[in-house]
Amino acid sequence: MLDSSADRAVGETPPVVSKRSRGLSDRAIAWLFVAPSIFLLLAVNIFPLIWTVRLSFTNFRVNRPNAEVQFVGLKNYISVLTDGDIWQTMQATAHFLIWTIVLQVLIGFALAYLINKKFRGNDMWTTIIVLPMMLSPAVVGNFWTFLYQPQIGLFNYAVGYLTGTDPSTFSMIGDVSLAPWAIVIVDTWMWTPFVMLICLAGLRSIPSSIYEAAECDRASKWRQFWTITIPMVLPFLMLAVLFRGIENFKMFDLVVQLTGGGPGSITELTSINLKREAFEKWRTGYASAYAVILFVTVFGLASIYVKALNKVKQR
Amino acid sequence: MSSYSVTEPSARQKWAAGTLVVIYALITILPLLWIIATSFKSPSDAIAYPPKTLFEPTLEGYVNLFTTRTRATEQDLKELGEPKTWYDRIVRKDGFIIAGPSRFLERFSNSMIIGFGSTVLCIVLGTAAAYAFSRFKVPLKDDLLFFILSTRMMPPIAVAIPIFLMFRSLGLNDTHAGMILLYTAVNLSLAVWLLKGFIDEIPIEYEEAALIDGYTRFQAFYKVVLPQAMTGIASTAIFCLIFAWNEYAFAVLLTSGTAQTAPPFIPTIIGVGGQDWPAVAAGATLFLVPVMIFTIVLRKHLLRGITFGAVRK
Amino acid sequence: MPRSYLKSAFAAGVVTGLASLGAATSAQAEDLTLCWAAWDPANALVALSKDFEAKSGHKMSFEFVPWPNFADRMLNELNSGGKLCDLMIGDSQWIGGAAENGQYVKLNDFFDKEGIKMSDFIPATVTGYSEWPKGTPNYWALPAFGDVVGWSYRKDWFSRPELQAEFKQKYGHELAVPKTFEELKHIAEFFQGRVIDGKTVYGAAIYTERGSEGITMGAMDVLYSYGFEYQNPDKPYELEGYVNSDKSVKGLEFYKELYNCCAPPGSSDAYMSENIDAYKSGQVALQMNFAFTWPGINADPNVGGDKSGYFPNPAGPDGKQFAQLGGQGISVVAISEKQDAALEYIKWFAQPDVQAKWWQLGGYSALRAVVEDPGFAKSQPYAQTFLDSMAIVKDFWAEPSYASLLQASQKRFHNYVVAGQGTAKEALDGLAADWKAIFEDEGKY
Repeated sequence: MLDSSADRAVGETPPVVSKRSRGLSDRAIAWLFVAPSIFLLLAVNIFPLIWTVRLSFTNFRVNRPNAEVQFVGLKNYISVLTDGDIWQTMQATAHFLIWTIVLQVLIGFALAYLINKKFRGNDMWTTIIVLPMMLSPAVVGNFWTFLYQPQIGLFNYAVGYLTGTDPSTFSMIGDVSLAPWAIVIVDTWMWTPFVMLICLAGLRSIPSSIYEAAECDRASKWRQFWTITIPMVLPFLMLAVLFRGIENFKMFDLVVQLTGGGPGSITELTSINLKREAFEKWRTGYASAYAVILFVTVFGLASIYVKALNKVKQR
Repeated sequence: MSSYSVTEPSARQKWAAGTLVVIYALITILPLLWIIATSFKSPSDAIAYPPKTLFEPTLEGYVNLFTTRTRATEQDLKELGEPKTWYDRIVRKDGFIIAGPSRFLERFSNSMIIGFGSTVLCIVLGTAAAYAFSRFKVPLKDDLLFFILSTRMMPPIAVAIPIFLMFRSLGLNDTHAGMILLYTAVNLSLAVWLLKGFIDEIPIEYEEAALIDGYTRFQAFYKVVLPQAMTGIASTAIFCLIFAWNEYAFAVLLTSGTAQTAPPFIPTIIGVGGQDWPAVAAGATLFLVPVMIFTIVLRKHLLRGITFGAVRK
Repeated sequence: MPRSYLKSAFAAGVVTGLASLGAATSAQAEDLTLCWAAWDPANALVALSKDFEAKSGHKMSFEFVPWPNFADRMLNELNSGGKLCDLMIGDSQWIGGAAENGQYVKLNDFFDKEGIKMSDFIPATVTGYSEWPKGTPNYWALPAFGDVVGWSYRKDWFSRPELQAEFKQKYGHELAVPKTFEELKHIAEFFQGRVIDGKTVYGAAIYTERGSEGITMGAMDVLYSYGFEYQNPDKPYELEGYVNSDKSVKGLEFYKELYNCCAPPGSSDAYMSENIDAYKSGQVALQMNFAFTWPGINADPNVGGDKSGYFPNPAGPDGKQFAQLGGQGISVVAISEKQDAALEYIKWFAQPDVQAKWWQLGGYSALRAVVEDPGFAKSQPYAQTFLDSMAIVKDFWAEPSYASLLQASQKRFHNYVVAGQGTAKEALDGLAADWKAIFEDEGKY
């Protein structure tokens, strides 16, 4: 993954063991070992995908078993793409995606950098910091509605206490201008540790000999940071961005529990919008077209990104 | 980890870094502590204004989590006489009687069955596939590997439509088996990638030696490779479990009465009228425990797992 | 589904016939599952059903889903052909879809056979919960729980002389149960931000929830009374000029003003449970909520008893007065293999003495024998309000496409009222267009 995915798979695979073994032939074992996984993935991932593509050209509705299913050509795709809603949800998703990534990268990297100073007890504190990401996002989203309540909510109370504003004068999930930030804050709280761990792994992979050499050359700490630390950690950071990007593009559970897409449709991310079409309005054909468009989008963006990542790696 | 000589941070730097990290940790842990504290509050303390940090702890939240209660008429209460148990007493205080157990225990055990079931299955399938990819020439290997990875990019809601239809026609809707298969499939891509990285690192000479000693290939895998891959398997297992344990979107769409797991259930716990925050908090707290223990026990391997096996020892 | 019902009715006949030949043993004991929303009344039903278990030998299991997820989960269950529920106390608006897609058993023959007469139930509940198509004697459910939107208020605050005097001076009318929505707003404004017993309180807790049906259920109360119509009464599905009439616009504007001026902080996504919380914690003077909340309020240690009063929706500017219907009927799920036992449950449930006990336990019986009993109105402080509200009900679309229709209104209303985007006219024009598109899709024109 990190290396050019395919290269590594081939390049680093140990030489094939000579086939002197008794029992099953290597070829048989290879198939025996790979087949169940491939079969399961075909059945649960690929087959449904093909089915989605097929449904996307029909007017099928799950809740109308008696209705005749008709082939409608590209109609669903056209209506998805011409519907203003999808652009609004894409915007909401982009806002969420960009800001969560920016904040998580900045805070996550800073934390990793500090933890890498190896103060006493850093292991224990790291474990504590990591705890939020063990929680169920749905439960987290639900509980944060409680923390965000004006007056009785801990968040509003703390902000009020620190800034002197009245905690009942603002509502994080009720205000059009604050709600997009409310979901960013919770996601950042929950997933910064993930980015931090990856950065930490990156920092620890830098051999100290490089710093020692730089020290001999009398490079300043500042210079060392920009010429050694950052470039060496960059591939790891990009990997973290990829993971968080894919996950947050798919974001559903946390936000649906936190804001339900409101107020209005301000925080209605694509997955929430899609769920409404598919499982509340039961417009199965339309929703399938929508799903295909999303998949193509995320797959396309991820492929471009992976290419960029590989370039950084090879430098 | 080799220690830095020239690059070892000074005591002052360490102190400053430590302070900042501890401050962050305290802030970040606060909501979590608040959840735990709320689970021991009474419903009225939980929604008190301003928020209460000092309160009289009660197990009401936990009692409400595990029971369903019904309002009793005064006559009924009289007929029943004095409450017999401590939990009866808590419920009776508000004029309620316990009507029966709630669904929480069922949901929790569903989470256990599905979470651990899919983790085990995923590790078994994933280890086998990873071994084959690592050691043998598999036709179209690169394509297969990339294909396996790409399956994780789909938003769950998008694949849920056909899976919903497929499960419905196969009778897998709302079954443990269906959910185990589904979560296994979702996790498999991650597991294969992670495990391949780990198995690649195990020197091939060990197996060569075993084969020369007369082991079959399968024995060599089982007796030589597996024990060596144990740490890798552990770290993979953490990630599979965390995902399956906390998953919400599929669970909410594909399960209802029989196989529903805890994540869709906990946010829906309501009390008398309003949402019963202490009970929700109690559910969230209990639900965190297994995965937290699992993580703390295996925390040494966390770092390798999270980087997709990209970090080498 | 009539055919499968007939078949099972025939089978039941054979079974009972055979059974009567031998000893009078009951039919096979079944394990029935009843699905409903998770709320106070459901707990009361569990207690009530003990009697059925004792008498019939069947065992009852229950699957209760909280309101925000109720429609989602249960419609998913029906549409996926799940076998979880034998009996479904489904929301009133589902009836069209459930009837047309054959998800509920048609109950006419069963009612005839058992002598259950729909005329014994409050007419509004029969129309609302049982009939499809509306206004025809085709019954798919037995009215199970009557419910309607109304208001509870802080009687103790209203009765303070100093507040009464100040209010009278400010608004020129008494601080009392409001007769019009305009008066209601005065009261809400009056209490908004006021300090009572050292605590800041607010005006009115109203429905604003986005995810399921909350804001629609709330806004509709005002819209109906202001003159909103779903369609041309003479020409079904003609929406233009009815949904977005000038009167409707005024109504929606009023709802937004009420939200802006007088809702407690943080009520941007409030439905039944949030409003109960706001009211019970002593934050608000007025609370919009379904009648099911009243027994709980009446019994509450903080705001219960004499501290609270209840009133139906006040009138709009033209004196029209309507209330949004809630409540549900109980239906037999067509895919269930235990239909006979399920019907047995409905038969038991329809008995007058069971219905009377149902009311006692906090369940709003829809049986006229119960609610028309001379002692009923005085039996609880909220009983009269329930009757008055039940007399003025209107319901949302119950069409098979109701979920899409509801999604559209949720979005339009929330966008305007809570998010403050656009004007009321734009919101309702948009709504009329959305609904028209849905009906076009359904081939209604």
